Amino acid sequence: MSNSSDFSSRTGGGTNPFGGLRVAVTGGTSGLGLALVREFLSRGARVAFVARTRERVERVARENAGAHGIAGDVSSKEDIYPVALQITGELGGLDVLVNNASDLGPLPLAMLSDTECEDLERAFATNVIGPFRLTKALMGALAASAREGLGAVVLNISSDAAVNAYPGWGAYGASKAALQHLSRIWGEEHAADHIRFLSLDPGDMDTPMHAAALPDADPLTLKRPEEAARELADAVAAALPVRELEGALS
Amino acid sequence: MNAADRAVQRPPDAKLLFVDACGRLAHAPRSAFLDFLRPGDLVVANDAATLPASLRGLHGRTGAPVEVRLAGRPSLKPEDVTRFSAVLFGEGDFRTRTEDRPAPPQLEGGDRLVLGPLRATVERTLGHARLVSLRFDGTPDEVWAGIARHGRPIQYAHLREPLALWDVWTKIAGPPVAFEPPSAGFTLDWRALSSMRARGVEFETITHAAGISSTGDEALDRLLPFDEPYRIPFATARAVERAKARGGRVVAVGTTVVRALEHAASVHGRVRAGDGVATQRLGPESRLRVVDAILSGTHEAGTSHYELLRAFLDDDTLRRSTAELDARGYLTHEFGDSVLIERSLVRNN
Repeated sequence: MSNSSDFSSRTGGGTNPFGGLRVAVTGGTSGLGLALVREFLSRGARVAFVARTRERVERVARENAGAHGIAGDVSSKEDIYPVALQITGELGGLDVLVNNASDLGPLPLAMLSDTECEDLERAFATNVIGPFRLTKALMGALAASAREGLGAVVLNISSDAAVNAYPGWGAYGASKAALQHLSRIWGEEHAADHIRFLSLDPGDMDTPMHAAALPDADPLTLKRPEEAARELADAVAAALPVRELEGALS
Repeated sequence: MNAADRAVQRPPDAKLLFVDACGRLAHAPRSAFLDFLRPGDLVVANDAATLPASLRGLHGRTGAPVEVRLAGRPSLKPEDVTRFSAVLFGEGDFRTRTEDRPAPPQLEGGDRLVLGPLRATVERTLGHARLVSLRFDGTPDEVWAGIARHGRPIQYAHLREPLALWDVWTKIAGPPVAFEPPSAGFTLDWRALSSMRARGVEFETITHAAGISSTGDEALDRLLPFDEPYRIPFATARAVERAKARGGRVVAVGTTVVRALEHAASVHGRVRAGDGVATQRLGPESRLRVVDAILSGTHEAGTSHYELLRAFLDDDTLRRSTAELDARGYLTHEFGDSVLIERSLVRNN
């Protein structure tokens, strides 16, 4: 075996399920996404993150040593392959994809009958079509990781609005419901490939997105995104194969 | 043979010529490829995604427009992207055959190239006036971003429309390390992999930096294939051992898989997991130690791919096969029809 860092490091991480794990997070420059980038980095993972604004991407990459920043818009068809290429190019493959980037639809929130079609389309482009395209483009890399026994997890960030019919949350809720169902079907179709799909609701958090949706909410009543990130990282760890077993087999 | 002129990875009317180990020929729809596999076989494909390896820009010293085609790199390490070998072309695009494209300006060590957001220095020529070693400015992440944003897939004059990245990535594409698509893998989709599993056929991958297939320059093409780095996962090396132990066939999807597996087995006779650089040329003198059958595109005499097929079967059978491909209107090149060739019993006894 060679000493190339991207390969051996994934099998030499001891009992830490994140040692050398290759993780990509979309919407990684603020709120939950940024908290996830920091959480995975602190656990020893190698992290690439995607966000639309180049200046913010560069700033977050500077402030978080080891994070690979990628400027791109997951709602744009033209951006998906360049983003996927940079993720697998810079990390040398991929074990965990977190589809976190989300769009609320109309702001301020609006009843469905008052929602502009363009706002609904943008919510679906970011929350459903984007994750669909990016996951599809990265499926080969994820399946390769699973075949090598390293595990492969796609975490789609969901919401209680995907399940409950909250008035005013139509574009967001309907798109998150679609993403949740996409996760379930993908999970069935790729179970035999050992690719796990998680669709998890992080809860109501004190994030810029929540403030945009409900400006009057008291931040003190909301969950810290760092706490949600810890819980989500634990859920990803639980979905990965046990590392000692892999070591014993290889 | 005519070239397939549409970028459709799995055309419903794609054809397959099967050549068995006794030299018997059979025709089938390519969608029936799985029917030629047996329980216990192992199918190995190249999971390299294809780089947008064509970079347009200017030659600094003369201001002349150039197209740079990245053609090789020293290893598959993610950070090893500052230095590439590359072939340069002069002005023009894919609608002109490479044979008819004007030459780039005379290249000298130290020449600067401006390629969209990328800046590169020509280090030296590599045995041919248009083949150079390039060094990009910037960090590895900046080079990846520059290639991702500015690069386009290498184009082909025989196609009607320019190729986008999604046209040249196989369904199983992983690390973006190929310079041209490992196009035998276009045959595979997720349903096919699922069907293999149901039939007791194993599936594994290697990653091989498939190089450029042709430059339109005879002297340059004689240097092909260039050295190609590859990686063989432990899981794949183990699967090869298992298949051999149970008498299953190792079926390579594409010439790059043959090149990688045979190179990895060239020292100890068994496939070693890990990183390597395939430097060998496979041909009629080569003894295959690992691969029992190859699924490949159709290839014309004189190409390095055709030479590789000569490792699988004798020249008489290969000539008969090529005559059949011609007679039945098989299409060639990246999006063309396919052959499935078993290693000849005669060749290897």
